[in-house]
Amino acid sequence: MKVEPVGGMARRKFLRVGALIATAVALPAKLWAAVTKPDAAFAATDLNATFAALGQTPTESAGIIFTTPDIAENGAVVPIKIEVDESVLPGVSRLYVMVEKNPNPMAAMFSVVEGSKPYIETRVKVAQTCNLYAVAENKEGFFMASKETKVTLGGCGG
Amino acid sequence: MDRREFNKMLALGLAAGLSLPGMAPRTQAAYDIARFGNVHLLHMTDAHAQLLPVYYREPQVNIGLHGALNKAPHLVGEALLGAYGIAPKSRESHAFTYLDFVAAAEQYGRVGGFAHLATLVKRIKANRPEALLLDGGDLWQGSATSLWTRGQDMVDASKLLGIDIMTGHWEFTLGTDRVLEIVEEDLDGHIEFLAHNIKDLDFGDPIFPGHTIREMNGVPVAIIGQAFPYTPIANPGYLTEGWTFGIQERELQNKIDAVRAEGAQVVVLLSHNGADTDIKLASRVTGLDAILGGHTHDAIPRAIEVKNPQGMTLVTNAGSNGKFLGVLDFDVRDGKIKDWSYQLLPVFADMLPADKGMAQLITDIRAPYETQLNEVLATTEGLLYRRGNFNGSFDQLICNALIDELDADLSLSPGFRWGTTVLPGDSITMEDLMSQVAITYPAATLTEMKGDFLKVVLEDVADNLFNPDPYYQQGGDMVRVGGLDYSIAPMADAGNRINAMALAGQDIDPSRTYKVAGWASVQQVEGEPVWDVVARWLRAKKTIDTLEVNQPQVMGISDNAGLAI
Repeated sequence: MKVEPVGGMARRKFLRVGALIATAVALPAKLWAAVTKPDAAFAATDLNATFAALGQTPTESAGIIFTTPDIAENGAVVPIKIEVDESVLPGVSRLYVMVEKNPNPMAAMFSVVEGSKPYIETRVKVAQTCNLYAVAENKEGFFMASKETKVTLGGCGG
Repeated sequence: MDRREFNKMLALGLAAGLSLPGMAPRTQAAYDIARFGNVHLLHMTDAHAQLLPVYYREPQVNIGLHGALNKAPHLVGEALLGAYGIAPKSRESHAFTYLDFVAAAEQYGRVGGFAHLATLVKRIKANRPEALLLDGGDLWQGSATSLWTRGQDMVDASKLLGIDIMTGHWEFTLGTDRVLEIVEEDLDGHIEFLAHNIKDLDFGDPIFPGHTIREMNGVPVAIIGQAFPYTPIANPGYLTEGWTFGIQERELQNKIDAVRAEGAQVVVLLSHNGADTDIKLASRVTGLDAILGGHTHDAIPRAIEVKNPQGMTLVTNAGSNGKFLGVLDFDVRDGKIKDWSYQLLPVFADMLPADKGMAQLITDIRAPYETQLNEVLATTEGLLYRRGNFNGSFDQLICNALIDELDADLSLSPGFRWGTTVLPGDSITMEDLMSQVAITYPAATLTEMKGDFLKVVLEDVADNLFNPDPYYQQGGDMVRVGGLDYSIAPMADAGNRINAMALAGQDIDPSRTYKVAGWASVQQVEGEPVWDVVARWLRAKKTIDTLEVNQPQVMGISDNAGLAI
């Protein structure tokens, strides 16, 4: 389990995703294999290599509702939200967040404990204007939604 | 009595009833608008704290691309007249275009001014006593007195004017504490400050109420407030620390559905998104009857009908600087809108006698500051204006002053759309200067910048203006440059629009370091306030010749109705 960048996350916001993390920590040991971190995907330096490390290029799905700001208020802590419409995409076991143009696109992976709702809110660092990807994994494979977030120098508005 | 004296009298409210030979007939009847329907919304926006009548030149360059090509609000000059059937050289032509600006300004006089606006509001309300007066924001910023009183002058004037509901943008540059102080102490019980899209950064709790429902002639009317979504990006983030903004389209849809469920029969968004963003939003969100818009300062003579999956939403934009008042009437019967009517009325000060109460308040507000406000810094031989996609002569003046005073190679000035106009031969007072620069982060700075980073800066702003998707635009104009030549290809991809950057005939060297003067940094920086820098320069110059305005070469577009050069 990896959540990046925890350091930049306001403490109270951290507590909000804490419930989800706590469920992961409380897993019985025999389930830990299921949440093993995919190191190669985290180490990959471009999006295609990240998908390759996961084993599959995800298919676009309307079952993933991915919310990111159109323009980031602060590229260092960009709030994102992933919701899954379980009538379209049932049995999601993992959610991934990728930032296309970051040095390592894979920003975070979340394990969804069976019976819990696949829903996360967190913050990621976005180095420059690019697409962000929300990827959901279930028994059928990998599915995704993407959205561009612009990172700007700011000023000059109005 | 010359024009300047006459205008001074107008400002003091003394000109009411005066009739000057040679002036256009004073057809006050133009403001007698027959009552229509049973729901009445008066809309003003982007007054930028101009309590007194002003000149304000509409843009000569306001390029629309992609879906916005050759459509309102991206119509300038003759193209705008043609599209709306406005007669050349008429009052309306002067109100909505830059054409023959100087001659028309001399003929038709100043526009706006809260004492004249107050008279107009009273007149429109005479046969619509239930009407709500809505303000779209950028009300408390843009003048010397608004800066020096931290918005108090505008708060007092807007309460007297009878504004019922408002949202904001530049208001927030007073800082969160001051904004909350005004909202909680001054506006309470008078003006509802609405912003559904401002939340606490940690928990997502709303900072302000998002909507209000008012019953008008038995019809429940919901007004939802949409503050400028990119305030912490376009303006310094430290001034709104702890608040998060954004367009928040889904939350808006939820809000609309909720107020409909509560029984609202008319739902209106009071928006500071900017016209292009509003038009896109109207095509995607359902259940809104109208978006009363501001931010981009577009004086759009008629409402734009935007289709969406479940119906149609009217989109308007009501110009700036107190120059216009929008009147939107709905005829609601059996819970449904049967018909509507919209007019955008130019506020010609010489056709509307000053309201005595408001004139007195303005006099009182200005009294402690008269000496500073009226200091004559210099005289201008040319027309000084700001608005336009690329540059304006008042920005050129600021850029030139920055280069000289800070001993810079070149200068940058932000692409703000507020800032009034000074006619040739008139004096430039401290008040005129402040109407261009009155902000809470005024430090003038000298920065060492590599040539390649200078390109990054220009590309960044160009994308804020010309991104094909309005949700990725911020609604300002291109950064103004002093000394720098460049070309711009608005249709090119982000990062590839700016080329041929040159300084005094020499190509900009990507690896060379240049001394760049600027102001209005969104970072926390130290520096002399820009008004002191420019005022010093003006006092020394005494007379400002007609300025040659640095305009980039615009590449790759033709037959654009938003480009009249």
